[in-house]
Amino acid sequence: MASGSSIGVGGLFTNAEVTTSGRPVLRRNEVECFLLSSVDFDSDDDPPRFTALKSGNLILTTHRLIWIPSQSNGAVPSSIPLAAVTHIFSHKKSIKSMFHSPRIRFQADPGSVVVTIVFRGKGDFDGFLTKFWECWRGRAWDEEDKSEAETSRSGGSATVAQGLYGNDGTVRMVGLAGILRKEQEQWESTDKSLQDAFQDLNALMSKAKEMVSLAEKMRQKLLSAPSSQNSSTDDEEMGSKEEMQQWMLSVGIISPVTKESAGALYHQELSRQLADFVRIPLEQAGGMISLTDMYYHFNRARGTELISPDDLWQACTLWEKFDVPVMLRKFDSGVMVIQNKSHSDEEVMSRIRMLVTKTETLRAGVTASDAALTVKIAPAMAKEHLLTAETKGLLCRDMSPDGLRFYFNLFPEMDLTNLHIVKDFGTYGEWVKATSILSV
Amino acid sequence: MQKLADFKLPQFFNYPPYFTLQPVRDTREKQIQLWKELILDYCKSQKTFLICVEEDFPLFSNSAIDRSLSHEAKETFLSAIVGEGRAEWLDKGHRKCLILWHRIQDWADIILQFVRDNGLEDSVMTVEEIRSGTESLGTELQGIDRTILMRALKLLENKGKLALFKGTSADDEGVKFSV
Repeated sequence: MASGSSIGVGGLFTNAEVTTSGRPVLRRNEVECFLLSSVDFDSDDDPPRFTALKSGNLILTTHRLIWIPSQSNGAVPSSIPLAAVTHIFSHKKSIKSMFHSPRIRFQADPGSVVVTIVFRGKGDFDGFLTKFWECWRGRAWDEEDKSEAETSRSGGSATVAQGLYGNDGTVRMVGLAGILRKEQEQWESTDKSLQDAFQDLNALMSKAKEMVSLAEKMRQKLLSAPSSQNSSTDDEEMGSKEEMQQWMLSVGIISPVTKESAGALYHQELSRQLADFVRIPLEQAGGMISLTDMYYHFNRARGTELISPDDLWQACTLWEKFDVPVMLRKFDSGVMVIQNKSHSDEEVMSRIRMLVTKTETLRAGVTASDAALTVKIAPAMAKEHLLTAETKGLLCRDMSPDGLRFYFNLFPEMDLTNLHIVKDFGTYGEWVKATSILSV
Repeated sequence: MQKLADFKLPQFFNYPPYFTLQPVRDTREKQIQLWKELILDYCKSQKTFLICVEEDFPLFSNSAIDRSLSHEAKETFLSAIVGEGRAEWLDKGHRKCLILWHRIQDWADIILQFVRDNGLEDSVMTVEEIRSGTESLGTELQGIDRTILMRALKLLENKGKLALFKGTSADDEGVKFSV
């Protein structure tokens, strides 16, 4: 090796920065364009003007030629800035070159050193050459210098902001950090507005407390007031008492007076409204509807300002006092229904009788759900009807692992003096006929 | 209609509610009466004197309609018969029921008739002979339950129609008629 010539003489080759994994550290705006392996950098002169770089990866970027040794043979990653390239010799294809590894010769400063790149690998040499020319001609480093020069002239810090904080010091909403930041801010603002709202609510609540205690006092006063039956001197008091009731109702408090009174106005009005409303669902349900079903229908129709189950019940109990065509009825089992006054037990009985005297039901009986389907009432109602019919002696029951069934009650038609007699007329005879298929 | 052995069953035996103890009072009353008649008829025809509640009794279930009486129902019906004097519980637990398809009084009358028919007015017989002797063949007394027979005889003894005396063993218990 010739003395005096070494890498870095006159600064031809610059040490290239690499990452721990051997990737080149690119400068700002520097873009990789080509990558080839098994590349040598040889000096064209004899004696060579620099130490050859043997067997490395060549990376062409918009700004540089970077050479990274593929083996740790003591060589150092190096680069030549394209800006330093003064001339690229044209590549002549000759018969000779077909048998040799392709090579490119270029001239670079400082010192107009001629460098030969030998491509010993199998890369796309022609592609590389094209790109080499493009990048060299593209002079990407020029524009940067220009813009840098300009900005340094203007003196401002108008560099394109990078990172979290913008030029004016505000936080930039970029990237994941930005999203998180945004969310955080939103949450904080919501929290604050909630707190404010609660302040108002607390104020409202304390007022409400006052209101409630006031109302309580009123109530106590009304309750302790003497009752109505006395002379006219009490009229005034009565008047004010009623006024008081009205006022309290309008505030939404149920009347505090005893049950014997006609009931709060609220319930009266509700009661009338309910009686009107009830008419249609009642018809659809066949004249009888359970209280729970009515609760559902009524509230659904109301949409808002729903009434409580207790309100509904109270409203129904008031019907006795008015002349409405509906009534509240309570069964032994505790089930409560709303019923058309005109809809009597007799009507239901006759419908059931018709059902159970049919040949098929004579033979097999009916369940509550069968009855519900034919008589068109809710299964729970159907059971009540069947039980009532049983109590009246129209039906009798059959209990088995299959469940509870009801049959037309034939017991009255059976003769105790002669167990085998079956009268010609009567349902017993019909039943015998209906079951004749079964008998062994 | 079905038969149980040679016993003809009534139509209502195939009526499912017949096998469910009816809750409604009037209906239940009728049901009880029907069962009473049926049980008595059946026992008379089969000469059954004893029903054990815990054992299968052919009358208490009907496989054709897949129904059978619950324990509660059996007890109810049998107790009703006991209440009318046509049966007796032999134990406190109500597990064994003696069926009197002839009342004791009826049996007593039958015995007296038997005595007259066979000219036994002043004679002596063992108790066992009354129920399994040649004279009783073909009569209602044949195979009569011992307990029932003794009761009937005791009843007659109280009326002075006969005298009971003990022998060396149970088989030797004897009767002297003085009809």
